[in-house]
Order: sequence, then C-alpha cells, then structure tokens
Amino acid sequence: MAEFRLFGRSAAPGVAKGVLAVLDVARRPQLRLAGAPADEAAALHGALARALAEVEALAESASGEAAEMLGFQVAMLSDEELVRPALEGIEAGQSAPAAWEAAMDVEIAGYRDADDDHFSARTADLEDIRDRVLGHLEPLAAGLDVPDGAVVVAADLPISRFLAIDWARGGAILLARGSPTSHVAMLARARGVPMIVGLDGAAELVAGREALVDAATGEVVLDPTDATRAAFAARADTEMRASREQAAFRMGPAVTRDGTRIALYLNASSVDELEGLDPAICDGVGLVRTEILFDGPGGLPNEEDQYQAYRRIVAWADGRPVTIRTLDAGGDKPIAGVTEDGESNPFLGLRGVRLSLRRPDLFLTQLRALARAAAHGDVRIMLPMVTVPAELEAGRKLMETALANLAKDGLAARRPRLGIMIEVPAAAIAIDQFDADFFSIGSNDLTQYVTAAGRDIGSVADLADPLNPAVLRLIASVARHGWETGREVCLCGDAGGDPRAIGPLLRAGLRSLSVAPASVGPAKQAIAAIDLRDPAP
Amino acid sequence: MTDLTATEQATDCAELVNAVGLHARPSVKLTQLAKTFACRVEIALSANGPWVDAKSPVKVMRVKAPCGAVLHVRTSGPGAAAAAAAVMVLVRGGFGEAHEPSDLRHG
Repeated sequence: MAEFRLFGRSAAPGVAKGVLAVLDVARRPQLRLAGAPADEAAALHGALARALAEVEALAESASGEAAEMLGFQVAMLSDEELVRPALEGIEAGQSAPAAWEAAMDVEIAGYRDADDDHFSARTADLEDIRDRVLGHLEPLAAGLDVPDGAVVVAADLPISRFLAIDWARGGAILLARGSPTSHVAMLARARGVPMIVGLDGAAELVAGREALVDAATGEVVLDPTDATRAAFAARADTEMRASREQAAFRMGPAVTRDGTRIALYLNASSVDELEGLDPAICDGVGLVRTEILFDGPGGLPNEEDQYQAYRRIVAWADGRPVTIRTLDAGGDKPIAGVTEDGESNPFLGLRGVRLSLRRPDLFLTQLRALARAAAHGDVRIMLPMVTVPAELEAGRKLMETALANLAKDGLAARRPRLGIMIEVPAAAIAIDQFDADFFSIGSNDLTQYVTAAGRDIGSVADLADPLNPAVLRLIASVARHGWETGREVCLCGDAGGDPRAIGPLLRAGLRSLSVAPASVGPAKQAIAAIDLRDPAP
Repeated sequence: MTDLTATEQATDCAELVNAVGLHARPSVKLTQLAKTFACRVEIALSANGPWVDAKSPVKVMRVKAPCGAVLHVRTSGPGAAAAAAAVMVLVRGGFGEAHEPSDLRHG
C-alpha cells in the first residue's frame, strides 16, 4: 500500500507512532419505546444525578486546568435549564434518551455554530455531558477501550475520554473537528500528548492502520515507507531527548556542574500565569509585578481586591517565598489616574517608588494589602526605582503606619521583609548606604541607565547590553556587598532567563535568579553546563 | 402594572475586558456570584434585552458574549443594588482573568 499524508492544525506538539484507534461517535438508533412521561422524566433525572456525581468525583481528583474544565460541566449539569427542553420532549411523548439527545443536539449546535473559537471549543464539553447522561439511560453504550499507545481518531474528544486513556504509553490525538483552544488541547499540551485538529480526511481513517504523527507541523503519514519511518524515528528521538532533558532539568534543582546550588525564582504578573505549574519547579516567586492590578478598566483596586490577588499567589507558592514589587508605574508603564502625563523623559521622571511616595493614599493601601497577605506566608516586599536611602526609610515608615492601622482594625497581618530593586546606578554604586533586607537587580533598567541606551530605541538597542563590563562590574559589586552583609541578592530582569547571560551573571557572584515560567527548563539546563571553577572564558 | 416603588431595583453596564469574553470560566463565576443574592439578577447585551437569568450557566453561555461587548445587568428584589454592584466589580475586573496577557510578560 502506498504511503499517503494528511494535514491538519497543530494543537499540541510532539512526534508519535502508533496504530489507529477510531472512536465510534455514531449515535445508536432510539429503539426503546417511551413509557409514561412521569417515568421517563424520573429516569432522566436519575441519569443526570449519576452523571453529576461522576463528574464531581472526577473534578475532585483533578487539579488546575482540568479541575476548572470539569467544574464547568458540574455547573451545567446542576442547572435545571439544561434539562428543561428534554422534559418538554418527554411531555410530548418522547423516551428519555430520545428527548435528551434531541434537546442536547440543539444546545450543542448553538455552540458549534459560534463564530468565537472559545465558545465553539466548548462543543466537546457539551457532547461529553450528553454522552455521559445517555450512558446512564442506555447502559449498553459502554465506552470503547483504547489500546496503549494508540493514535486516537475521533470527530472530537470529550475530556472524560481523554482522562480515561493512559497516555504514559505514548499515542496521539487526531480530530476531524476540534480546536487548539479547547480544554482537551490544553490538557494535551500539559500532558505532552501530540494532537492535531481539523484534520482533513480524518473521517475516512480506518482502525488498525499504522500512522506516524508530527503534531508540530500537523502532518500525519499513513502506511509509511521504511524511509519515512526512519525519518520520523530520528525526529521522535531528537525531540524525546530534548524534552526529556528539559523536563529533567525543569523539575530538578538548579545546580552548576561544580555543585553550586542556584536559587531559581519565577517572575509573574498574576496567579493566572502560575496556575497549572508545579511550584516545586522553583524556589519561590522572585518578582510579582503589581501593575496589572492597577491597570484594569475598573479603576484602581481597593485593599480587598489587592489582598485577595496577593493571597492567591502566596497560596500557590505553598510556603515558598513570594517577593512582591510595589506599584512600578511610570516610565514605559503609564497608568491612568496615577502617572503624570507629558513628562519630557518618563524614564527619568516620576516613576516607581518616587510616584508611590507622592501618592501615600495609594501606597498605604497597597502596603496594608501586602501586610495582610504576609499573614499567609513568606511575603517579601521590594520597592522599585530606589535612588537614595531616604526613599527606603520613607517606605519603611509607611509600612509601620500600615501595620499599626491594621492592628487597630483588628485585621491579621505580618511584617514583610523589605527590600529594594537595584536599577538606578546611584543605588548600585552606593549599595552600602541602603539598609534593606534584600536586593533585587532589575537588569533591564540598570542596563539602560548605565549604558544610556533604551532597549526600545532600535537604533541604539545593541548598546543596551546587560553583559557590558560596566553593568557586570556593578552587579558584581552588589553581589559582593550582599555576600559580605548576609543579604540575598537576586536578579529579576530578562538577562536572568537568557542562557547566554547566565554564565557571566553567576561569575559576577549572583546565586539567585528570577525568570519567566517558560525559561525555567532552559535556565536550569544552562546553569548545569556552567563550571564556576573554570576561569571566566 | 407592577408597583415599581415597592421593589428595590438596579441597572448598570460595563464592557467585557477579559480576553475571551463570557466563556466557560467567567460564566461559572458570574452564576456563582449571582446565586449568592436573593434578588433576581439578569444580564443582556443591550439595555433593551433580551434579559437572561444570571443564575443559570446554561442560559449565560447561550448569550455568547464576546470580549468588547457591553454587558448590562438588571436586578430586582432585596439587595438589588449590592448585587448589581458586585456583578459590575466582577465584570470590570475581567473575572479575575488577565485581560492583556501578552502585555506585561517582560521587563
């Protein structure tokens, strides 16, 4: 048989080889005669209750994204409105399964026809609900067993089917419909299951044939020749080795080749970026930007909103330290109602802690919310854009006020450790003048201030190099001061997650880096390749 | 005619700012919030309706409100003003979801 190829859209990358297993989604004919409407309605309510109990149990054992997806099904199954149209069908003389299926097909069509990807992606959830309830009405409709490592072919794949398959043995998903934004696609990416959606010709695929899948390119090869098989095997091998290496590094501690332990923290703007990540991949959160909270269309956040947002991040970190930066508005981050308009040079203007100290109303609210969140874990606060020690002392004084007010209000709070960002050269040079609990180097701003070159100005961007010897000497001097005085020095700019920059930064004396979640694997891999006993290259 | 003075009522509206609109997760949040109020809570994409029960996730999902749409809320009964205000806080806050996820990743 000649080899042939099919193409679709990539929903989760990866290479796989396996035998096709086709999930039969053809509906069974409705043979059963309808009983009395009251009996049919009772049967439907019973099936709904059992389906709800099953999904609730699944939701309890799931976590993160999967739990939320199943939570949606729980909400839908708990809503009387879902069953109302079917009950009307039963009143009109239909059997429970016939009425349920007809009513759900109308509901599902409304989702499938939606112009918006996010709504049409929910089609699979609705079909899952329909089939689960049908399964309880018609016990013969048992689920199809999928052999280990099979390449699963279906029109669409419900979450419950995905979760019932053991993906540890490999395999892939090929869908005729589906969407890269569906719940199943998110799960497939999280579990590393290659997945292709919108595969033309998927409906004609027959179970039992051999298939090669390259889900990154959306390519499927059926009945492959030996040459194609070898090419795919090589691709799969390379990919597996790379992803295994990355996965191994991602979960393990960050250690250099000579055995020096590096503290690796995460940068985040909200808990949404962290949910679904295992906090064990990091030593804590090294930078929480709070600007996103202040930049919503709902206006400035009140103390309660902020407290809840910070507390959720602290809960995610599960005992690990969480360093939260107070509002860093201004410069390239204007915020309506807070920053000044029309500054001739916003980067040298009223930004960061300079602005917060001019707005003690805003600042005090944020400090109160932070001190309350600190009651739930190891919260550390850092002030951005500190230039002179008086700014740190003013911040400390306001924190005292916040703590005193909270005590008066009877609200639980704890004094967080207070550190400063090192991004203004004046602070980096005179580091010994600052009595902060810790230092965090903002390499993006430090670099542009030291080199007098903006990263956002294309014609001079190459001058804004964090590896410029002047920048590295300042970093080394701050790191040495921290070492000598027992204060942690972290670096939370983009350079910390750049594999090329990590060597020079560690050689400058840094032992703590804070990086974007996606950079954890590559950063740990780069760290592992560095031997600090070697003289600098 | 209903006696308008006897029942506490409130209306308000706000733009949906979370990137994906009133999809699965925000709908669940909205209905959960609405159910904490005894009063009637309804939503619509226009001030003229059609009005939909905000306590029913099935009905809220049928609205298929995309990002950028203006969501109207109408409440009546005990606690109507507080319910409308709470719904608006949820909507204006983007349902606690990032509204510009690509924006603040770096720097």
